Amino acid sequence: MRTPTAPFALRRARTLDAALKILREEPGTVPIAGCTDVYVALEFGGTPGTSYLDLTRLSALKRITTSGDKLVIGALATYTEVQKSRFVRARLPMLVEAARLVGGAQIQNMGTVGGNLANASPAGDTLPVFAVADADVVLAGEGGERRVPFNAFYTGYRKSVRRPDELIVAVEVPPVTGKQWFRKVGTRAAQAISKVVFAGVRGPVTKLALGSVAPTVVRLPDTEMVLNGGGSIDDALRALADEIRPIDDLRSTAAYRRSVAANLVRQFWSETA
Amino acid sequence: MKFTLNGTPRELDAHPLKRLLDVLREDFSLTGTKEGCGEGECGACTVLVDGQPVVSCLMPCAQAEGCEVTTIEGLSGDHPLQRAMMREVGAQCGICTPGVILAAHALVESTRKPTLERVREALAGNLCRCTGYEAIHRAVLSAHAERHANATSPATAVAHEKEA
Repeated sequence: MRTPTAPFALRRARTLDAALKILREEPGTVPIAGCTDVYVALEFGGTPGTSYLDLTRLSALKRITTSGDKLVIGALATYTEVQKSRFVRARLPMLVEAARLVGGAQIQNMGTVGGNLANASPAGDTLPVFAVADADVVLAGEGGERRVPFNAFYTGYRKSVRRPDELIVAVEVPPVTGKQWFRKVGTRAAQAISKVVFAGVRGPVTKLALGSVAPTVVRLPDTEMVLNGGGSIDDALRALADEIRPIDDLRSTAAYRRSVAANLVRQFWSETA
Repeated sequence: MKFTLNGTPRELDAHPLKRLLDVLREDFSLTGTKEGCGEGECGACTVLVDGQPVVSCLMPCAQAEGCEVTTIEGLSGDHPLQRAMMREVGAQCGICTPGVILAAHALVESTRKPTLERVREALAGNLCRCTGYEAIHRAVLSAHAERHANATSPATAVAHEKEA
């Protein structure tokens, strides 16, 4: 039995203001929701923190809605709720596909979009989608809300611009023009962390993003530039080779990831033609 | 903290971060819920919280406050899916079985007939190292047929008459 108990503490907030107050007054407090990353870390003897703040009562943050021309996904929306949302299905089908491939049904019922962002893993399944969608991350803090472009949200491996006293409250997604394409490559279809994860948009402007090939999820500006400039897919893949930095780790090798990343971009290009 | 466990209102005095899995097994002696991997990969500890399958190894018990929790002990023992798992030999060592049954429960209860693909998807989060899954999938489909055998819709009834 490795259940986390004393000396750890859990607070539960009923309102966003109360949650933010706890984060300000008790530095080091770790916000939790679906716990699908935090409890795995605890199981393996990691200590993400000694003080935890449960957000699951903040039901307003579960909402998926629209505001003007933007899709607004509350941070506490689960992968199951993302798949069921008519707004997400209509506007961001690649996110539905990504959500469908996160773990099995149990994990999809627990894990949240905000958690995927906050966990800041380079392998996060939804992250390439938000990268190519040019989404904004909405952060709430003492001074109110601020919006950070998703593509400027991460600053390094597991590091983001979110301050410890801020909470991710939503992701805002502007309209996406063009065909959306998502593919995750892992050991098996469900319940596997990705070896490489890709999202692409083929439209007036082609946008590409890869996860698990660098310390953070990455857009591929050089590869995009070749394709948007009318270059060949082979030229684009030469640019790709220069702008990704995969590593060998427990899930895969750098060489395999290079090969799969190129295959995914090629497949995207031919299937969206 | 208060919650409903297998239909009965219960009170719990435990550390709020204690895993729901441990609360069920230790505080309520409901050992039908199994611990497999402890990291949300295998589905052995699956229970229903407000009707939705979750892995109880990744859930702080505080999050179950006010919720309805259903474990394998909450089924009658004679549920069509439990019977079908025995009939089709959907269980060998049995460790994954309670989790499999709860993960498939909603599919069996739904009036909509699930496809094999849908069954596979619903059980993608439940690992079984014995059966090779085929017998489990057969059991779920068979249980669905049995569960809804007497609820034949008028349209289907007419079709059957024509066939006859």
